[in-house]
Amino acid sequence: MFDSLSDRFESIFTRMRGRGRLGEKEVDEIAREIRLALLEADVNFKVVKSFISRVKEDAAGAELSKSLSPAQQVIKIVHQELINTLGGTTGKLTMNPKPPTVVMLVGLQGSGKTTACGKLARHLKSQGLQPLLVAADLQRPAAVTQLQVLGEQVGVPVYSEPTDPVAVARNARAEAGRLGKNVIVLDTAGRLQIDAPLMDELRRMREAVEPDNVLLVVDAMTGQEAVSVAESFAGTVGIDGVVLTKLDGDARGGAALSVKEVTGKPILFAGVGEKLADFEPFHPDRMAGRILGMGDVLTLIEKAEESFDQEQAVKAAAKLKKGSFTLEDFLEQMQQVKKMGPLQSIIGMIPGIPKELKNTQLDDKELGKVEAIIRSMTPAERNDITIINGSRRLRIAQGSGTTTQDVNALLKQFKMVQGMMKQMAGAGGKRPRFPGLPPGMPGM
Amino acid sequence: MALVIVLGIVVLLLVAAVAGVSVSRRSQRRMDAAERSAITQAKPLRPQAPAQVEIVLPPGEDVEIPPQEPVAQEPLPEERVPEEPVPEERVPEEPVPEEPVPVRPRLRDRLGKARELLAGYFGDIRGRSAIDDDVWDEIEEALIRADVGVGPTERILDDLRRRAKEAAVSSPADLLDLLKADLVDTLRAADRSLSFEPGQPNVWMFVGVNGVGKTTSIGKIAQREAAAGRNVVMAAADTFRAAAAEQLQLWSQRVGADLVRGQDGADPGSVVFDAMAAAGNRGADLVLVDTAGRLHTKVNLMEELKKLRRIVDRTPGALKEVLLVIDASTGQNGLNQAKQFGEAVDVTGVILTKLDGTAKGGIVLAVQAELGIPVKLVGVGESAADLIEFDPEEFVEALFAA
Repeated sequence: MFDSLSDRFESIFTRMRGRGRLGEKEVDEIAREIRLALLEADVNFKVVKSFISRVKEDAAGAELSKSLSPAQQVIKIVHQELINTLGGTTGKLTMNPKPPTVVMLVGLQGSGKTTACGKLARHLKSQGLQPLLVAADLQRPAAVTQLQVLGEQVGVPVYSEPTDPVAVARNARAEAGRLGKNVIVLDTAGRLQIDAPLMDELRRMREAVEPDNVLLVVDAMTGQEAVSVAESFAGTVGIDGVVLTKLDGDARGGAALSVKEVTGKPILFAGVGEKLADFEPFHPDRMAGRILGMGDVLTLIEKAEESFDQEQAVKAAAKLKKGSFTLEDFLEQMQQVKKMGPLQSIIGMIPGIPKELKNTQLDDKELGKVEAIIRSMTPAERNDITIINGSRRLRIAQGSGTTTQDVNALLKQFKMVQGMMKQMAGAGGKRPRFPGLPPGMPGM
Repeated sequence: MALVIVLGIVVLLLVAAVAGVSVSRRSQRRMDAAERSAITQAKPLRPQAPAQVEIVLPPGEDVEIPPQEPVAQEPLPEERVPEEPVPEERVPEEPVPEEPVPVRPRLRDRLGKARELLAGYFGDIRGRSAIDDDVWDEIEEALIRADVGVGPTERILDDLRRRAKEAAVSSPADLLDLLKADLVDTLRAADRSLSFEPGQPNVWMFVGVNGVGKTTSIGKIAQREAAAGRNVVMAAADTFRAAAAEQLQLWSQRVGADLVRGQDGADPGSVVFDAMAAAGNRGADLVLVDTAGRLHTKVNLMEELKKLRRIVDRTPGALKEVLLVIDASTGQNGLNQAKQFGEAVDVTGVILTKLDGTAKGGIVLAVQAELGIPVKLVGVGESAADLIEFDPEEFVEALFAA
């Protein structure tokens, strides 16, 4: 569990009170913290170096803003630099004025190429194009079958032949012409970038089909070697863009920065789930927050929307506003939260939670304890915790297999939560602010 | 129990967010009751086709293989796309080997290609006369680039500095040797063997996220074990990914193992159940259970995995290994994977795949150090012989090979 960048910076900046500019010493310290955060996010070692030097330039000597704390100001600089690096170039597929447009997907084994082909075909179809899927992975048994199943799911024909991948690529155009298709989505076999014969095969496939777009498919959880992979594919075969997959996991995704930095090619699409519809244009701003470990509130909210019963949420929100949120409601909402995934990764997506709170033990056992205690209460007790006297506490402790200390702690904490909620209600429904979180950050 | 506060914050934020969104949509779209009731609820477990499980014997046995019924092709609503077939390997068109399993290849030889790229890297350090800041920087860089992780790297270096001082180490070459010894020590495990008890069916279950090489690893292990004379049953409990069972079927045919599979979309639990029964009836030695790849962040899928384990556990003492397959190119997320899978189904060991690429697989250091889960097998190539036992000395040596 990482401390948020803002926590780390707070300590540096408490020493800076009264000064007008960011001094070199402080900038160095900040640079160290950012370096840590980026490396933890799997950004490549060398990419981190060049990124940091750019940030240092921007930060050094920058006048201290009146409205932002120094910590907030630096975070803003870093965040913006990340967005600039990740975004910048327009992320669109190159369409050929003379159809068919050919899109070829390449990458390591297991990166998600075949699935991405299905998703891309669906995406293109929804834009009014007529795609043809081409299965050129002949090595893996059932790879062709796989693509055929996907093709059926999206209503797109699949072409293949049992000869060799280069021939499949070469004959794809004729097939597209025969079927009247104006886009070809070509799946290739996964291969190691250091496998010379296979990389050569890829080159020959490229020559045979003359793609308008060669997209490198990269798994979001890839570590340091993302750079070597991207450089090799770009150098040997040439790539025009990147597809980042499995972003529905909790990998920070530093590979995105590495690949973009090293190839200069835009990240066009993000795979964000297992359904064919889970395919979106890449959002540099969301990725920036995610890489920094600063939370990805937008994604969190989307996740919440999927898991939370909206009816319930509206009712609960009304109660929150009135200040009548009870342990019963809390228990209900906890179930919704549990559906969203491991608690640790959810917390990780919320920016600005104070360090001390984030470091509490957040595993299932603790959660189980909390639930057990609440369930051992009577409905009356859950709806009004003020009636829970000593003997009730003892009964609850015994019923839940915990101690009265545990029960006391829970009640004390919940009172604090109720207080927070009243504050929120009193502030006219604004979300609570956490220290160190700069204004203008996404979602907050 | 600050957990309650944290949860409170989470609930507060999410409820406000969801309700806030819901309210604004309502005013925009004026949802009616019918629409509201159609709002997505929690994702269900994958829909289950009726449990039709078949047992597929390798050709040559005196049993007629019933013709495959065509699988219904209606698109599965709300369902995830079958993931890309586990592609770690090209299944070579070679006959099943008749001679015993070949001598275990050395990791260092296998990694020749990748190590060439590192050639001279540590040679530079060794050639230096004194241990200066550059040396420490280069060591740090090498460890981080090996995906060891920045936190563990700092700890390793702090420890190394202390020990180098105590031992009055002055030459970079000696420093490297000390480091290697440290790392090998971290990787020491009490038992790295794959647990096996003769005279009963032993179940080895394979789990992991999407695309890491589970199915391929099973194929390789099945070949090895069958060649060693063991009676192997493979359970195609990945009923989700299309052609996953077909892929495993091909292996079963090559290696002479039985395969238990179900229809696409069938309940994976029923496949496991039937595999256990079949293994018992046939007096099988080994049951290899393939499961669908799943991200550890998906609660419903992790619950499904727990259920699969419980089914195996109905036969007490049968489950001997829960092997987490990790791709060597995985960064720090590998530790999260190990944590979550470990918490869910109690992982007994790691299979580190695709180590024949340029990735070093350094994440396994943290997996062992923090979670106590040892690496048991390593995948270093495409053929069955390229799945070798993990040797810490060789692994560390390969990290620093000049």
